[in-house]
Amino acid sequence: MSADIHFRGVSVRFSDLQALKDFDFHIRPGEFVTMVGPSGCGKSTAMNLVAGLLQPSAGEVLVSGRTVRGPGPDRGVIFQQYALFPWLSVRENVEFGPRLAGKSRAERRAISDRYLRLVGLSDFADALPKVLSGGMKQRCAIARAYAADPQILLMDEPFGALDALTRIRLQDQLLSTWSSDRRSVLFITHDVDEAVYLANRVVVMGARPGRLLEVIDVDLPHPRTEEIRLSPDFAAIRNRVWHAVYHQPSQAGAA
Amino acid sequence: MRNQKNLPGLRVISFVLGLLGWYLVTEYTAIMLPGPQAVLQKFMAVAQSGVLFTDIAASLRRVLTGFLLGTALAIPIGFVMGWYGVARGLIDPWIQFFRMIPPLAIIPLAIITLGIDEAPKIFVIFLAAFLSSVVATYQGVIGVDRTLINAARVLGAGDRVIFGRVVVPASLPFILVGCRIGLGSAWATLVAAELIAAQSGLGFRMQQAQLFYDMPTIFVSLIAIGVLGLLMDRVVQWAETRLTSWQERI
Ligand SMILES: Nc1ncnc2c1ncn2[C@@H]1O[C@H](COP(=O)(O)OP(=O)(O)OP(=O)(O)O)[C@@H](O)[C@H]1O
Ligand SMILES: [Mg+2]
Repeated sequence: MSADIHFRGVSVRFSDLQALKDFDFHIRPGEFVTMVGPSGCGKSTAMNLVAGLLQPSAGEVLVSGRTVRGPGPDRGVIFQQYALFPWLSVRENVEFGPRLAGKSRAERRAISDRYLRLVGLSDFADALPKVLSGGMKQRCAIARAYAADPQILLMDEPFGALDALTRIRLQDQLLSTWSSDRRSVLFITHDVDEAVYLANRVVVMGARPGRLLEVIDVDLPHPRTEEIRLSPDFAAIRNRVWHAVYHQPSQAGAA
Repeated sequence: MRNQKNLPGLRVISFVLGLLGWYLVTEYTAIMLPGPQAVLQKFMAVAQSGVLFTDIAASLRRVLTGFLLGTALAIPIGFVMGWYGVARGLIDPWIQFFRMIPPLAIIPLAIITLGIDEAPKIFVIFLAAFLSSVVATYQGVIGVDRTLINAARVLGAGDRVIFGRVVVPASLPFILVGCRIGLGSAWATLVAAELIAAQSGLGFRMQQAQLFYDMPTIFVSLIAIGVLGLLMDRVVQWAETRLTSWQERI
Protein backbone atom coordinates (compact mmCIF):
# COMPACT_ATOMS: atom_id res chain seq x y z
CA MET A 1 0.00 0.00 0.00
CA SER A 2 1.42 3.37 -0.92
CA ALA A 3 0.32 6.87 -1.71
CA ASP A 4 1.34 9.76 -3.88
CA ILE A 5 2.36 13.22 -2.75
CA HIS A 6 1.43 16.30 -4.71
CA PHE A 7 2.86 19.75 -4.08
CA ARG A 8 0.66 22.24 -5.92
CA GLY A 9 2.00 25.80 -6.20
CA VAL A 10 3.21 25.70 -2.61
CA SER A 11 4.73 28.77 -0.98
CA VAL A 12 5.78 29.21 2.62
CA ARG A 13 6.65 32.55 4.16
CA PHE A 14 8.18 33.08 7.57
CA SER A 15 7.58 36.79 8.19
CA ASP A 16 9.84 38.37 5.54
CA LEU A 17 11.60 35.17 4.55
CA GLN A 18 10.42 33.17 1.55
CA ALA A 19 11.28 29.63 2.65
CA LEU A 20 9.55 27.99 -0.31
CA LYS A 21 8.27 29.59 -3.50
CA ASP A 22 5.88 28.19 -6.12
CA PHE A 23 6.91 24.63 -5.43
CA ASP A 24 5.33 22.11 -7.80
CA PHE A 25 6.22 18.46 -7.62
CA HIS A 26 4.59 15.08 -7.75
CA ILE A 27 5.92 11.99 -5.99
CA ARG A 28 4.40 8.87 -7.52
CA PRO A 29 3.08 5.99 -5.40
CA GLY A 30 5.93 3.76 -4.33
CA GLU A 31 8.59 6.14 -5.57
CA PHE A 32 11.81 6.89 -3.72
CA VAL A 33 12.62 10.59 -4.06
CA THR A 34 15.64 12.25 -2.50
CA MET A 35 15.99 15.98 -2.02
CA VAL A 36 19.30 17.85 -1.93
CA GLY A 37 20.23 21.50 -1.80
CA PRO A 38 22.14 24.08 0.17
CA SER A 39 21.33 24.75 3.79
CA GLY A 40 18.23 26.86 4.26
CA CYS A 41 16.68 26.13 0.86
CA GLY A 42 13.45 24.83 2.37
CA LYS A 43 13.98 21.07 2.36
CA SER A 44 12.77 20.55 5.91
CA THR A 45 10.00 23.03 5.25
CA ALA A 46 8.77 20.96 2.31
CA MET A 47 8.86 17.82 4.42
CA ASN A 48 7.06 19.40 7.34
CA LEU A 49 4.29 20.37 4.96
CA VAL A 50 3.77 16.74 3.96
CA ALA A 51 4.03 15.66 7.60
CA GLY A 52 1.31 18.17 8.44
CA LEU A 53 3.48 19.95 10.99
CA LEU A 54 3.31 23.15 8.94
CA GLN A 55 0.66 24.79 6.74
CA PRO A 56 1.55 26.47 3.43
CA SER A 57 1.01 30.20 2.99
CA ALA A 58 -0.22 29.51 -0.53
CA GLY A 59 -0.97 26.45 -2.62
CA GLU A 60 -1.61 23.02 -1.19
CA VAL A 61 -0.07 19.65 -0.48
CA LEU A 62 -2.10 16.56 -1.27
CA VAL A 63 -1.47 13.04 -0.08
CA SER A 64 -3.47 10.39 -1.96
CA GLY A 65 -5.47 13.24 -3.45
CA ARG A 66 -6.52 14.72 -0.10
CA THR A 67 -5.25 18.04 1.20
CA VAL A 68 -2.96 17.68 4.19
CA ARG A 69 -4.45 19.42 7.22
CA GLY A 70 -2.41 17.95 10.04
CA PRO A 71 -0.12 15.12 11.04
CA GLY A 72 -1.29 11.53 10.91
CA PRO A 73 0.04 8.00 11.23
CA ASP A 74 -0.30 7.44 7.47
CA ARG A 75 2.89 9.50 7.11
CA GLY A 76 5.87 8.30 9.12
CA VAL A 77 8.59 10.82 9.93
CA ILE A 78 12.18 10.12 10.83
CA PHE A 79 13.96 13.13 12.28
CA GLN A 80 17.65 13.87 12.13
CA GLN A 81 17.81 14.16 15.92
CA TYR A 82 16.26 10.69 16.36
CA ALA A 83 13.57 12.14 18.66
CA LEU A 84 13.19 8.92 20.66
CA PHE A 85 11.26 9.22 23.91
CA PRO A 86 14.13 8.86 26.37
CA TRP A 87 11.92 7.61 29.22
CA LEU A 88 10.58 4.70 27.18
CA SER A 89 12.45 1.52 26.40
CA VAL A 90 13.34 0.73 22.79
CA ARG A 91 10.33 -1.57 22.57
CA GLU A 92 7.96 0.96 24.13
CA ASN A 93 9.18 3.55 21.66
CA VAL A 94 8.40 1.22 18.78
CA GLU A 95 4.99 0.39 20.25
CA PHE A 96 4.04 4.05 20.67
CA GLY A 97 2.24 4.23 17.32
CA PRO A 98 0.48 0.84 17.54
CA ARG A 99 -0.65 1.75 21.05
CA LEU A 100 -2.27 4.96 19.81
CA ALA A 101 -3.88 2.95 17.04
CA GLY A 102 -5.59 0.87 19.74
CA LYS A 103 -3.74 -2.37 19.04
CA SER A 104 -3.93 -5.04 21.73
CA ARG A 105 -0.94 -6.01 23.84
CA ALA A 106 -0.32 -9.15 21.83
CA GLU A 107 -0.57 -7.32 18.51
CA ARG A 108 1.78 -4.60 19.72
CA ARG A 109 4.24 -7.18 20.86
CA ALA A 110 4.15 -8.92 17.50
CA ILE A 111 4.66 -5.63 15.67
CA SER A 112 7.56 -4.51 17.83
CA ASP A 113 9.20 -7.94 17.61
CA ARG A 114 8.95 -7.82 13.86
CA TYR A 115 10.41 -4.34 13.35
CA LEU A 116 13.07 -4.67 16.02
CA ARG A 117 14.25 -7.79 14.21
CA LEU A 118 14.15 -5.90 10.90
CA VAL A 119 16.50 -3.22 12.20
CA GLY A 120 18.58 -5.66 14.26
CA LEU A 121 17.69 -4.33 17.69
CA SER A 122 15.96 -7.38 19.18
CA ASP A 123 18.65 -7.74 21.81
CA PHE A 124 18.10 -4.18 22.96
CA ALA A 125 14.32 -4.26 23.22
CA ASP A 126 14.31 -3.46 26.93
CA ALA A 127 17.17 -0.97 26.89
CA LEU A 128 16.65 2.75 27.33
CA PRO A 129 17.66 5.00 24.41
CA LYS A 130 20.50 6.51 26.43
CA VAL A 131 22.54 3.31 26.16
CA LEU A 132 22.24 3.13 22.35
CA SER A 133 24.82 4.40 19.89
CA GLY A 134 23.79 6.97 17.29
CA GLY A 135 23.26 4.34 14.62
CA MET A 136 21.18 2.20 16.96
CA LYS A 137 19.07 5.18 17.95
CA GLN A 138 18.36 5.93 14.33
CA ARG A 139 17.47 2.27 13.69
CA CYS A 140 15.09 2.44 16.62
CA ALA A 141 13.53 5.59 15.16
CA ILE A 142 13.14 3.79 11.83
CA ALA A 143 11.50 0.81 13.53
CA ARG A 144 9.16 3.18 15.37
CA ALA A 145 8.15 4.84 12.11
CA TYR A 146 7.56 1.50 10.37
CA ALA A 147 5.56 0.16 13.30
CA ALA A 148 2.84 2.76 12.75
CA ASP A 149 2.51 1.23 9.26
CA PRO A 150 2.63 4.49 7.29
CA GLN A 151 2.05 4.66 3.56
CA ILE A 152 4.69 7.32 3.22
CA LEU A 153 8.09 7.68 4.86
CA LEU A 154 9.50 11.16 5.35
CA MET A 155 13.14 11.21 6.32
CA ASP A 156 14.98 14.43 7.16
CA GLU A 157 18.73 13.78 6.94
CA PRO A 158 18.26 10.62 8.95
CA PHE A 159 21.83 9.40 8.52
CA GLY A 160 23.49 12.80 8.70
CA ALA A 161 25.02 12.27 12.13
CA LEU A 162 26.33 8.77 11.48
CA ASP A 163 29.76 7.50 10.50
CA ALA A 164 30.28 6.43 6.88
CA LEU A 165 30.17 2.70 7.53
CA THR A 166 26.96 2.74 9.58
CA ARG A 167 25.48 5.08 7.03
CA ILE A 168 26.10 2.71 4.11
CA ARG A 169 24.74 -0.22 6.07
CA LEU A 170 21.56 1.67 6.92
CA GLN A 171 21.17 2.82 3.31
CA ASP A 172 21.24 -0.78 2.11
CA GLN A 173 18.83 -1.81 4.85
CA LEU A 174 16.46 0.98 3.92
CA LEU A 175 16.60 0.08 0.22
CA SER A 176 15.95 -3.58 0.81
CA THR A 177 12.95 -2.78 3.00
CA TRP A 178 11.72 -0.33 0.42
CA SER A 179 11.98 -2.89 -2.41
CA SER A 180 9.77 -5.28 -0.51
CA ASP A 181 7.07 -2.86 0.65
CA ARG A 182 7.34 -0.02 -1.91
CA ARG A 183 6.26 2.74 0.38
CA SER A 184 6.66 6.19 -1.11
CA VAL A 185 9.72 7.86 0.38
CA LEU A 186 10.81 11.48 0.56
CA PHE A 187 14.38 11.49 1.79
CA ILE A 188 16.35 14.67 2.51
CA THR A 189 20.13 14.61 2.56
CA HIS A 190 23.21 16.78 2.23
CA ASP A 191 25.17 13.93 0.73
CA VAL A 192 25.09 13.78 -3.09
CA ASP A 193 26.25 10.15 -3.17
CA GLU A 194 23.51 9.14 -0.82
CA ALA A 195 20.94 11.07 -2.82
CA VAL A 196 21.84 9.24 -6.04
CA TYR A 197 22.34 5.80 -4.51
CA LEU A 198 18.90 5.67 -2.91
CA ALA A 199 16.70 7.48 -5.39
CA ASN A 200 14.46 6.96 -8.35
CA ARG A 201 14.61 10.72 -8.76
CA VAL A 202 16.70 13.43 -7.15
CA VAL A 203 15.16 16.84 -6.50
CA VAL A 204 17.71 19.64 -6.41
CA MET A 205 16.61 22.72 -4.50
CA GLY A 206 17.88 26.29 -4.62
CA ALA A 207 17.98 28.86 -1.87
CA ARG A 208 16.64 32.39 -1.42
CA PRO A 209 13.92 31.91 -2.26
CA GLY A 210 13.68 28.16 -1.59
CA ARG A 211 12.60 26.59 -4.87
CA LEU A 212 12.88 23.57 -7.12
CA LEU A 213 15.84 23.89 -9.51
CA GLU A 214 16.12 20.58 -11.23
CA VAL A 215 14.79 17.03 -11.14
CA ILE A 216 17.30 14.35 -12.11
CA ASP A 217 16.23 10.82 -13.00
CA VAL A 218 18.36 8.02 -11.63
CA ASP A 219 17.89 5.22 -14.14
CA LEU A 220 20.12 2.75 -12.38
CA PRO A 221 18.87 -0.80 -11.85
CA HIS A 222 17.63 -2.26 -8.59
CA PRO A 223 18.78 -3.75 -6.32
CA ARG A 224 21.48 -1.17 -5.85
CA THR A 225 24.82 -2.75 -5.07
CA GLU A 226 28.39 -1.79 -4.48
CA GLU A 227 29.13 -2.35 -8.19
CA ILE A 228 26.47 0.19 -9.05
CA ARG A 229 27.86 2.61 -6.49
CA LEU A 230 31.27 2.35 -8.19
CA SER A 231 30.01 2.27 -11.78
CA PRO A 232 30.63 5.01 -14.39
CA ASP A 233 26.85 5.45 -14.81
CA PHE A 234 26.56 6.23 -11.13
CA ALA A 235 29.46 8.67 -11.36
CA ALA A 236 27.85 10.43 -14.32
CA ILE A 237 24.56 11.01 -12.50
CA ARG A 238 26.41 11.95 -9.35
CA ASN A 239 28.33 14.60 -11.29
CA ARG A 240 25.13 16.05 -12.69
CA VAL A 241 23.62 16.30 -9.22
CA TRP A 242 26.85 17.73 -7.84
CA HIS A 243 26.86 20.44 -10.47
CA ALA A 244 23.23 21.28 -9.91
CA VAL A 245 23.82 21.63 -6.18
CA TYR A 246 27.16 23.36 -6.08
CA HIS A 247 27.03 25.49 -9.20
CA GLN A 248 23.60 26.96 -8.81
CA PRO A 249 22.51 29.79 -11.06
CA SER A 250 22.93 33.15 -9.35
CA GLN A 251 20.02 33.84 -7.06
CA ALA A 252 16.73 34.76 -8.61
CA GLY A 253 16.39 38.50 -8.89
CA ALA A 254 13.09 38.67 -6.99
CA ALA A 255 14.64 37.53 -3.73
CA MET B 1 36.94 15.29 39.43
CA ARG B 2 39.69 12.71 39.82
CA ASN B 3 39.58 10.14 42.61
CA GLN B 4 35.84 10.16 43.16
CA LYS B 5 36.07 6.92 45.10
CA ASN B 6 37.99 8.50 47.99
CA LEU B 7 35.11 10.85 48.77
CA PRO B 8 33.34 8.82 51.50
CA GLY B 9 36.60 8.31 53.34
CA LEU B 10 37.38 12.01 53.12
CA ARG B 11 33.96 12.82 54.52
CA VAL B 12 34.60 10.73 57.62
CA ILE B 13 37.98 12.37 58.12
CA SER B 14 36.45 15.81 57.64
CA PHE B 15 33.75 15.04 60.21
CA VAL B 16 36.27 13.82 62.78
CA LEU B 17 38.51 16.85 62.20
CA GLY B 18 35.53 19.14 62.63
CA LEU B 19 34.58 17.56 65.94
CA LEU B 20 38.16 17.75 67.13
CA GLY B 21 38.42 21.40 66.16
CA TRP B 22 35.18 22.17 67.97
CA TYR B 23 36.47 20.39 71.08
CA LEU B 24 39.83 22.19 71.03
CA VAL B 25 38.33 25.61 70.42
CA THR B 26 35.77 25.34 73.21
CA GLU B 27 38.12 23.67 75.68
CA TYR B 28 41.34 25.67 75.28
CA THR B 29 40.38 29.14 74.14
CA ALA B 30 38.42 31.98 75.61
CA ILE B 31 35.44 31.33 73.33
CA MET B 32 32.40 30.77 75.51
CA LEU B 33 30.58 28.07 73.59
CA PRO B 34 29.47 24.64 74.75
CA GLY B 35 31.78 21.83 73.68
CA PRO B 36 30.79 18.50 72.13
CA GLN B 37 30.40 16.79 75.53
CA ALA B 38 27.98 19.37 76.87
CA VAL B 39 25.91 19.21 73.70
CA LEU B 40 25.90 15.43 73.75
CA GLN B 41 24.72 15.45 77.36
CA LYS B 42 21.94 17.86 76.48
CA PHE B 43 21.02 15.73 73.53
CA MET B 44 20.71 12.63 75.74
CA ALA B 45 18.58 14.56 78.19
CA VAL B 46 16.12 15.96 75.64
CA ALA B 47 16.02 12.67 73.79
CA GLN B 48 15.19 10.78 76.98
CA SER B 49 12.55 13.23 78.11
CA GLY B 50 11.05 13.09 74.60
CA VAL B 51 11.04 16.87 74.18
CA LEU B 52 13.35 16.63 71.20
CA PHE B 53 11.05 14.27 69.39
CA THR B 54 7.89 16.25 70.03
CA ASP B 55 9.70 19.30 68.69
CA ILE B 56 10.89 17.43 65.64
CA ALA B 57 7.43 16.00 65.06
CA ALA B 58 5.84 19.45 65.32
CA SER B 59 8.33 20.98 62.90
CA LEU B 60 8.15 18.12 60.42
CA ARG B 61 4.38 18.06 60.46
CA ARG B 62 4.26 21.73 59.54
CA VAL B 63 6.89 21.55 56.88
CA LEU B 64 5.45 18.45 55.23
CA THR B 65 1.86 19.72 55.31
CA GLY B 66 2.85 23.06 53.82
CA PHE B 67 5.20 21.48 51.32
CA LEU B 68 2.69 18.89 50.10
CA LEU B 69 -0.09 21.44 49.76
CA GLY B 70 2.27 23.85 48.00
CA THR B 71 3.58 21.39 45.43
CA ALA B 72 0.16 19.79 44.95
CA LEU B 73 -1.15 23.16 43.82
CA ALA B 74 2.03 24.27 42.06
CA ILE B 75 2.29 21.33 39.68
CA PRO B 76 -1.13 21.70 37.99
CA ILE B 77 -0.79 25.47 37.88
CA GLY B 78 2.72 25.17 36.48
CA PHE B 79 1.44 22.82 33.77
CA VAL B 80 -1.37 25.17 32.85
CA MET B 81 1.07 28.08 32.67
CA GLY B 82 3.52 26.15 30.53
CA TRP B 83 0.84 24.81 28.20
CA TYR B 84 -1.30 27.92 27.70
CA GLY B 85 0.47 31.17 26.90
CA VAL B 86 -2.56 33.16 28.06
CA ALA B 87 -2.46 31.58 31.53
CA ARG B 88 1.25 32.30 31.74
CA GLY B 89 0.73 35.93 30.80
CA LEU B 90 -1.98 36.33 33.44
CA ILE B 91 -0.36 34.46 36.32
CA ASP B 92 3.36 34.97 35.86
CA PRO B 93 3.58 38.64 36.94
CA TRP B 94 2.02 37.74 40.30
CA ILE B 95 4.35 34.84 40.83
CA GLN B 96 7.37 36.96 39.98
CA PHE B 97 6.13 39.61 42.40
CA PHE B 98 5.51 37.25 45.32
CA ARG B 99 8.83 35.56 44.71
CA MET B 100 10.51 38.84 45.60
CA ILE B 101 8.88 38.89 49.05
CA PRO B 102 10.66 36.66 51.55
CA PRO B 103 7.98 34.27 52.87
CA LEU B 104 8.87 35.30 56.42
CA ALA B 105 7.77 38.83 55.68
CA ILE B 106 4.27 37.45 55.25
CA ILE B 107 4.18 36.25 58.88
CA PRO B 108 2.81 39.45 60.47
CA LEU B 109 0.04 39.58 57.91
CA ALA B 110 -0.64 35.85 58.24
CA ILE B 111 -0.91 36.10 62.02
CA ILE B 112 -3.42 38.93 61.81
CA THR B 113 -5.55 37.21 59.20
CA LEU B 114 -5.12 33.54 60.13
CA GLY B 115 -4.67 33.70 63.92
CA ILE B 116 -1.82 32.34 65.97
CA ASP B 117 -2.45 28.61 65.55
CA GLU B 118 -0.85 26.34 62.99
CA ALA B 119 -2.45 28.10 60.04
CA PRO B 120 -0.05 31.06 59.58
CA LYS B 121 3.05 28.85 59.78
CA ILE B 122 1.67 26.27 57.38
CA PHE B 123 0.56 29.01 55.06
CA VAL B 124 4.03 30.52 54.93
CA ILE B 125 5.59 27.13 54.21
CA PHE B 126 2.95 26.50 51.61
CA LEU B 127 3.85 29.76 49.91
CA ALA B 128 7.58 29.06 49.93
CA ALA B 129 7.11 25.58 48.45
CA PHE B 130 4.50 26.72 45.97
CA LEU B 131 6.55 29.55 44.52
CA SER B 132 9.65 27.52 43.84
CA SER B 133 7.76 24.49 42.48
CA VAL B 134 5.47 26.43 40.20
CA VAL B 135 8.33 28.17 38.43
CA ALA B 136 10.26 24.94 38.00
CA THR B 137 7.20 23.17 36.61
CA TYR B 138 6.32 25.70 33.97
CA GLN B 139 9.94 26.17 32.96
CA GLY B 140 10.03 22.38 32.52
CA VAL B 141 6.90 22.39 30.38
CA ILE B 142 8.12 25.27 28.22
CA GLY B 143 11.45 23.53 27.76
CA VAL B 144 10.03 20.27 26.41
CA ASP B 145 11.83 19.44 23.18
CA ARG B 146 9.64 20.40 20.20
CA THR B 147 10.88 17.45 18.17
CA LEU B 148 9.57 15.04 20.81
CA ILE B 149 6.16 16.67 20.60
CA ASN B 150 6.30 16.51 16.80
CA ALA B 151 7.42 12.89 16.93
CA ALA B 152 4.34 12.07 18.99
CA ARG B 153 2.06 14.06 16.72
CA VAL B 154 3.22 12.30 13.56
CA LEU B 155 2.61 8.97 15.27
CA GLY B 156 -1.00 10.04 15.68
CA ALA B 157 -1.05 11.60 19.16
CA GLY B 158 -3.58 14.30 19.99
CA ASP B 159 -3.17 17.02 22.61
CA ARG B 160 -4.27 14.82 25.53
CA VAL B 161 -1.83 12.06 24.68
CA ILE B 162 0.97 14.53 24.06
CA PHE B 163 0.36 16.07 27.44
CA GLY B 164 0.20 12.82 29.36
CA ARG B 165 2.82 10.81 27.53
CA VAL B 166 5.31 13.47 26.46
CA VAL B 167 5.00 16.74 28.37
CA VAL B 168 4.56 15.21 31.81
CA PRO B 169 7.46 12.74 31.65
CA ALA B 170 9.70 15.22 29.84
CA SER B 171 9.22 17.91 32.47
CA LEU B 172 9.46 15.57 35.45
CA PRO B 173 13.18 16.22 36.04
CA PHE B 174 12.51 19.96 36.29
CA ILE B 175 9.57 19.41 38.63
CA LEU B 176 11.66 17.26 40.93
CA VAL B 177 14.43 19.82 41.03
CA GLY B 178 11.75 22.38 41.89
CA CYS B 179 10.47 20.13 44.70
CA ARG B 180 13.96 19.81 46.08
CA ILE B 181 14.53 23.54 46.11
CA GLY B 182 11.01 24.01 47.48
CA LEU B 183 11.58 21.62 50.34
CA GLY B 184 14.85 23.32 51.19
CA SER B 185 13.33 26.77 51.27
CA ALA B 186 10.27 25.46 53.15
CA TRP B 187 12.47 24.03 55.88
CA ALA B 188 14.51 27.19 56.23
CA THR B 189 11.37 29.30 56.32
CA LEU B 190 9.67 27.07 58.86
CA VAL B 191 12.43 27.20 61.43
CA ALA B 192 12.57 30.96 61.14
CA ALA B 193 8.77 31.16 61.42
CA GLU B 194 8.88 29.12 64.62
CA LEU B 195 11.33 31.57 66.10
CA ILE B 196 8.77 34.31 65.66
CA ALA B 197 5.51 32.63 66.41
CA ALA B 198 5.11 29.13 67.80
CA GLN B 199 4.52 27.13 70.98
CA SER B 200 6.40 24.06 69.79
CA GLY B 201 8.99 22.99 67.27
CA LEU B 202 12.75 23.27 66.91
CA GLY B 203 12.68 26.99 66.25
CA PHE B 204 10.48 27.61 69.28
CA ARG B 205 12.84 25.55 71.47
CA MET B 206 15.79 27.71 70.45
CA GLN B 207 13.80 30.84 71.12
CA GLN B 208 13.05 29.57 74.63
CA ALA B 209 16.66 28.53 75.19
CA GLN B 210 17.82 31.99 74.21
CA LEU B 211 15.83 33.49 77.08
CA PHE B 212 17.73 31.28 79.54
CA TYR B 213 21.17 31.49 77.93
CA ASP B 214 20.85 27.73 77.39
CA MET B 215 23.41 27.28 74.65
CA PRO B 216 23.58 23.47 74.59
CA THR B 217 19.86 23.35 73.71
CA ILE B 218 20.45 25.83 70.91
CA PHE B 219 23.22 23.62 69.59
CA VAL B 220 21.11 20.48 69.79
CA SER B 221 18.33 22.23 67.87
CA LEU B 222 20.69 23.61 65.24
CA ILE B 223 22.22 20.21 64.65
CA ALA B 224 18.77 18.61 64.46
CA ILE B 225 17.68 21.22 61.91
CA GLY B 226 20.76 20.60 59.77
CA VAL B 227 20.54 16.82 59.94
CA LEU B 228 16.82 16.71 59.18
CA GLY B 229 17.24 19.13 56.30
CA LEU B 230 20.00 16.97 54.90
CA LEU B 231 17.91 13.81 55.27
CA MET B 232 14.90 15.33 53.51
CA ASP B 233 17.12 16.57 50.71
CA ARG B 234 18.57 13.10 50.31
CA VAL B 235 15.13 11.53 50.12
CA VAL B 236 14.06 13.87 47.32
CA GLN B 237 17.39 13.40 45.57
CA TRP B 238 16.94 9.65 45.77
CA ALA B 239 13.44 9.90 44.30
CA GLU B 240 14.84 12.17 41.62
CA THR B 241 17.50 9.72 40.47
CA ARG B 242 15.05 6.82 40.63
CA LEU B 243 12.36 8.58 38.61
CA THR B 244 14.64 10.15 36.02
CA SER B 245 17.21 7.42 35.50
CA TRP B 246 16.34 7.56 31.79
CA GLN B 247 18.10 10.91 31.44
CA GLU B 248 21.39 11.06 29.63
CA ARG B 249 23.79 12.45 32.18
CA ILE B 250 26.97 13.90 30.85
N1 LIG C 1 9.65 28.20 12.11
C1 LIG C 1 10.41 29.03 11.38
N2 LIG C 1 10.34 30.37 11.58
C2 LIG C 1 11.07 31.22 10.84
N3 LIG C 1 11.92 30.84 9.87
C3 LIG C 1 12.03 29.54 9.62
C4 LIG C 1 11.29 28.56 10.36
N4 LIG C 1 11.60 27.32 9.90
C5 LIG C 1 12.50 27.54 8.92
N5 LIG C 1 12.76 28.84 8.74
C6 LIG C 1 13.66 29.42 7.73
O1 LIG C 1 13.24 28.96 6.48
C7 LIG C 1 14.36 28.64 5.66
C8 LIG C 1 14.26 27.23 5.19
O2 LIG C 1 14.40 26.38 6.32
P1 LIG C 1 14.51 24.80 6.21
O3 LIG C 1 14.66 24.29 7.58
O4 LIG C 1 13.40 24.27 5.41
O5 LIG C 1 15.88 24.63 5.40
P2 LIG C 1 16.63 23.30 5.02
O6 LIG C 1 16.71 23.26 3.55
O7 LIG C 1 16.01 22.14 5.70
O8 LIG C 1 18.07 23.58 5.59
P3 LIG C 1 19.10 22.56 6.26
O9 LIG C 1 19.73 21.83 5.13
O10 LIG C 1 20.07 23.45 6.95
O11 LIG C 1 18.33 21.69 7.18
C9 LIG C 1 15.59 28.91 6.50
O12 LIG C 1 16.11 30.16 6.13
C10 LIG C 1 15.08 28.96 7.92
O13 LIG C 1 15.82 29.88 8.68
MG1 LIG D 1 16.59 20.86 7.29
